[in-house]
Amino acid sequence: MPSRMASRDASLWHRAVGGTNVRPMIHYAATRLISLALSLLAASLVIFAVVEVIPGDPASFMLGLNASEDTVAALRDDLGLSGGLLERYVAWVGGMLTGDFGTSYTYRVPVSELVAARLWVSLPLALYALALSTVIALPVGMLAAARRGRPTDYGIMGATQLGIAVPNFWFAMLLVVLLAITWPIFPSGGFPGWDGGIGPALRALTLPAVALALPQASILARVMRSALIETLNQDYIRTARAKGLTEGQAIRRHGMRNAMIPVLTIIGMQFSFLLAGAIIIEKVFFLPGLGLLIFQGITQRDLIVVESVVMLLVFAVILVTFLVDLAYALVDPRLRHGR
Amino acid sequence: MITLDQINLSIGGKPILRDVSLRLQAGKTLGIVGESGSGKSMTALSIMRLLPQGAELSGKVTLEERELTALGERQMCAVRGAEVGMIFQEPMTALNPVQSIGDQVAETLLIHGAASRSEAARIARERLARVGLTSDRFPLDRYPHELSGGQRQRVCIALAIALRPKLLIADEPTTALDVTTQAQILGLIRELVREEGMGCLFITHDLAVVAEMADDVAVMKAGQVVERGATDALLHDMQHPYTKALFEASRHCPVRIPQMDEAHLLEVSGAVRDYTLRRQRLFGPRPSFRAVDGVDLRIRRGESLGLVGESGCGKSTLTRAILGLEPLQGGEIRLDGQTVTPDMPADLRRRMQVVFQDPYGSFNPRHKVSRLLSEPFHLLGRPADLDARIGEVLEQVGLSSADADRFPHEFSGGQRQRIAIARALITRPELIVLDEAVSALDVSIRAQILDLLAELQHRHGLTYLFISHDLTVVRAITDRVLVMKAGRIVEQGETEAVFNAPSHPYTRALLEAAPVLPLAAE
Repeated sequence: MPSRMASRDASLWHRAVGGTNVRPMIHYAATRLISLALSLLAASLVIFAVVEVIPGDPASFMLGLNASEDTVAALRDDLGLSGGLLERYVAWVGGMLTGDFGTSYTYRVPVSELVAARLWVSLPLALYALALSTVIALPVGMLAAARRGRPTDYGIMGATQLGIAVPNFWFAMLLVVLLAITWPIFPSGGFPGWDGGIGPALRALTLPAVALALPQASILARVMRSALIETLNQDYIRTARAKGLTEGQAIRRHGMRNAMIPVLTIIGMQFSFLLAGAIIIEKVFFLPGLGLLIFQGITQRDLIVVESVVMLLVFAVILVTFLVDLAYALVDPRLRHGR
Repeated sequence: MITLDQINLSIGGKPILRDVSLRLQAGKTLGIVGESGSGKSMTALSIMRLLPQGAELSGKVTLEERELTALGERQMCAVRGAEVGMIFQEPMTALNPVQSIGDQVAETLLIHGAASRSEAARIARERLARVGLTSDRFPLDRYPHELSGGQRQRVCIALAIALRPKLLIADEPTTALDVTTQAQILGLIRELVREEGMGCLFITHDLAVVAEMADDVAVMKAGQVVERGATDALLHDMQHPYTKALFEASRHCPVRIPQMDEAHLLEVSGAVRDYTLRRQRLFGPRPSFRAVDGVDLRIRRGESLGLVGESGCGKSTLTRAILGLEPLQGGEIRLDGQTVTPDMPADLRRRMQVVFQDPYGSFNPRHKVSRLLSEPFHLLGRPADLDARIGEVLEQVGLSSADADRFPHEFSGGQRQRIAIARALITRPELIVLDEAVSALDVSIRAQILDLLAELQHRHGLTYLFISHDLTVVRAITDRVLVMKAGRIVEQGETEAVFNAPSHPYTRALLEAAPVLPLAAE
């Protein structure tokens, strides 16, 4: 995004929170927060219910076929699986609110520790991929819109079509072959952790982030292009041209901000996807991320882990939606005033 | 000051303008009149060189010795906004919704490097005050959505004149506005032209507006100027048959044969319609807005009743209630004695039909005319003689039964409005609600549709509720008229009596604001 946009948004933010418009903005944020809380409540009920109806008893699964009834019952007690539904739900939610996510059946360590370790891989990876995707997609989409109907546009549209059609793990393998084996610039997999410094960790995340970002960038560039072309047909662009703006100035100064709403929506959705949906890429690059954790949790009937990670992801999605909603209101004054 | 010499324009090989030559002096207004497709907007865009892709322009445009047609795109950008300002028809969409009005006016100054940021804000403030948007009620950080249509058009004018251009091009600047707002904006433009010594190129389809605004007039038809001259002289001594036809069509009054019954077909008594609004505070009560506030109206069978009022007066809300689309919060509506509600029986619904302003918007573009016309029968069950009835209504509205196999885009605007009328007729209704049904049409087409409506009324004994903001049209086609303001009927009576001697101040204001065609000396 051009720097002019950033400073504009800064001044807008200032106006929204510091000026006369502070009340509508707070009101807007408050209503969004309430809907966030209600969504979380609804999600926790659904997750709890789904996990309850999944067949298979974790205790008997863990102890094997030969275990006696008594041992299974004892383990079930131990795992907090006995007691009424309501009791268990309240204990689960209450635990999460105090940071206690329970103990994993299989790993025998607190789930919060497990998740925290994985989050330190998945969150930076998702942010890295999202940043790459945005940085690539916005200028490319703008260029295609400005050159619509001309060879540059056709070229970009063809490339993005390819980017969407080709699965990201194929990109991942291609990247490994080219940039890790033929020219060994980046490691081909594994994650050294953040203790060894930011440099090596980022290097390890680069190829997976690129592989994740390419299809996302293709989608985002197309959204950017069509949103921008849509705004370019608006009357206010004609007004801007009649004021003496060049076509490029009209796009940057008037088209961009108006095209941001659909683009922000897609960016929000992509972040949620990248956080949990990177499982195949995690497999290809041997990254200990959240996707693999949840996959293992499911196969091993480690329901506490599944419940907690899914809840965490839901929380992340809802939080991102909330942030996107706030960003909408910053971009579009009509939303601040509740229209 | 500005001269157009032999302008020819084609877009994608299709000729749009042919040998257009015009001349305008500083401090004067040149009106360009014509119907849609006459090339009047394209003439303006040729001066601005803001033409669509694939346009080929030849001829010379000269602004004070400078040949604009010889300038490159960069140089034209320096001319646009600085030497030539332009305002457009749709004030609602002409401003960027996410930028404050102050920023949008100041941008004209900033883009031409005419002022520093703070200086630009100061001049923007001053120009907005000049167009009537004072700083106490309209601070610079207002956004377009907080303004009405007329106020937005004032902002557009402010940004067009921010650098005191030599030429102001106004392309149908008041067509989308109410009559009283139109009068204010026209007054403002006249004043600016006089005080700033600008030349003004005023484009409109409305002869009455041009008669009020312009010193000289050029009449355009199919890309050519067919007649031009000083406004008074031209309107009193028209030479070209097209000008005469246009003038006649503007004043057209269909011949109507009164055939009213004594019995009332529609009775609305004490109708109240409230809308709930958004909460002001998080858990506050929902405020409500009374759009229709105790309206009484009666229409006799065979009568034609006009309902006039400006946007937001509640006339569309009332219409929806009369059609039984929305429930009332008080009072009642009866059609031939039966109560009208959203869940009324289909047969009662059949007896009233509606024709809207924009037929294109109310037709599914992928359906053939036959399917569009048989739509009302989803409600009533398909009659055995459906095809015969489709052919019959098409012929009644002046189309042919073969048109049933065509799609809406194959018809002109006037023909589409005929299809909309045919769709209303097919259920053999008694009451037809005409909601701005001729407002979007060119004057010559409008005259034909008004004739058609008068003929259909006579032939089928139809009753019309004619809703419009256009007083001339209401006067031409109605027996009685109701004037609505802020949800209430403020005046009603025989149409001629109300128009000749309005008693309510609001009616007087409306009639005074409406531009009137001078009578031609024939």
